[in-house]
Amino acid sequence: MSTRARAWIAGSALAALLGSAVGLQLLRDRWYGEPQPGDALLYVRSPEAMRRLALSYSALLADVYWIRAVQYYGGRRLARDPKGSYDQLYPLLDIATSLDPMFAIAYRFGAVFLSEELPGGAGRPDLAIALLEKGWRSNPAGWQYPYDIAFVHYWTRQDFAAAAEWFAKAADVPGAPWWVRSMAAVTAARGGNRQASRALFRVQLETAESEWVRRNAIERLQQLDAMDQIDALTWASRQFASRHGRFARSWDELAREGLVRGRPVDPAGLPYVLDPETGVASLSPQSTLNPLPTGARGR
Amino acid sequence: MNLPAIALSVFRESVRDKVFYNLLLFAVVLVAASLLVGTTTAGQDVKIIKDLGLAATSLFGVFIAVFVGINLVWKEVERRSVYSLLSKPVRRHALVLGKYLGLGLTLLVNVSVMALALYAVLAYMNWSFPENIRRSWEAPALDPALLVAFLLILAQLLVVTAVALFFSTFSSPMLSAVFTFGLYVVGHFNADLKHFEAIVGSRPVAWLARTLYYVLPNLAPFDVKAQVVHGQPIAAGYVGLTLLYAAVYSGMLLGAASLVFARRDLK
Repeated sequence: MSTRARAWIAGSALAALLGSAVGLQLLRDRWYGEPQPGDALLYVRSPEAMRRLALSYSALLADVYWIRAVQYYGGRRLARDPKGSYDQLYPLLDIATSLDPMFAIAYRFGAVFLSEELPGGAGRPDLAIALLEKGWRSNPAGWQYPYDIAFVHYWTRQDFAAAAEWFAKAADVPGAPWWVRSMAAVTAARGGNRQASRALFRVQLETAESEWVRRNAIERLQQLDAMDQIDALTWASRQFASRHGRFARSWDELAREGLVRGRPVDPAGLPYVLDPETGVASLSPQSTLNPLPTGARGR
Repeated sequence: MNLPAIALSVFRESVRDKVFYNLLLFAVVLVAASLLVGTTTAGQDVKIIKDLGLAATSLFGVFIAVFVGINLVWKEVERRSVYSLLSKPVRRHALVLGKYLGLGLTLLVNVSVMALALYAVLAYMNWSFPENIRRSWEAPALDPALLVAFLLILAQLLVVTAVALFFSTFSSPMLSAVFTFGLYVVGHFNADLKHFEAIVGSRPVAWLARTLYYVLPNLAPFDVKAQVVHGQPIAAGYVGLTLLYAAVYSGMLLGAASLVFARRDLK
């Protein structure tokens, strides 16, 4: 037998063995179920220990932890499990930012992930503020950190006095844009007012440094629009009740009365839900605008 | 046989030993990462490619410096080829220095090609992102400051090579690898040694730790990767002093290696 023939036979045998291994794996998965990935585990929870273990590769390891945080957040958010928790999110972000203390996006986006209300986020504005404060300690020239803390107080905590105070702190940082000072003034004077909120997020949209911040501002503006629309739809529903002595069972009934036009949809494109018992309009549970903030009432 | 001839023979041997195959792996890692990271990093593609490129350059370089370095002298002795070399007009210290320069040349070529590959991937990313996204980057994709990080990585690798070569003159490859990796790790913890008095009460121990801080190779200052990636300025004086430290420390190790090898009984 020639050398070439022997090589062919050996190669074919190896390919057959590999094919058999793949086939056996497929068979086992089909008969006994596919293995499920384990829950996200953090083997090392100490940022300081991780920083030392990383030697001179801490920046790269910070990227790994950042990717893990993004995937963890994305996975939990997509699952939309009302009982789901984001308990690993802060440790992941804490390690990422300890490994790379200049990792601005990890502080800023991480704070958004943490401050969003459940199930869209961790519902932990306190941890979001702690992360941003850590970022500001590491980067004292970054006016964006107190500015983001102000937004957490404003949007999530509805603490407008604290928001105005943090906007003022951001404005005091050398190099901060002039409009941060006006945000402090607007918040102090009209905090909680939807028009004031709209003005803040329009400024954020126009001055966004990244696509992600821009998208976040658009979502906030859409939420504010949805809140206005819900108020208007609930008012229309009550008008119907005052005429008929009961709440409308569907949008069609309201449309026939000329109180709404067709089936109203929210700014994300999903139809609003009308509760026939209470007459209150609300977002569809599937809407990406959920959850709406509990405050910022009144136009 | 002179120094350049010994250095070139080490370089050619590296090529024969397929040391540069690591470049292929590096290129594959970079290209694959540039294709994959966009979907998982929330807009941090360029930062992550820079971090990855610089870290891989450093890591691959350390492996080459250690695993080639520890064999440089030991292999010649083990193969008995050192006898034919030393029968020519070659002095022992020239052999040590030539070997070091040869591996240094290998590392220089390796780091240079990796730098070019990283710039090529970054050029592609720079071209593929719109202007508004590029404006949001902390530092431009094709930031010339990356070269400072590459330069200091090369300097660090030359110190590690000198450490490996020093151990290679009197120890087996296994032990040399352990000692070199040990010093590489310790070299990144030097700040702790300097401030040891904060955790121990004993003054002699603190004094010993402080002495070790100055005597052992201090590799942490060579790591400016994070600053460069975040667009932070690196003072020219800092770079100059660190390069000078690398030259002096490597010179000391090469001197020690030459002395040890000169006194070694090769019979």
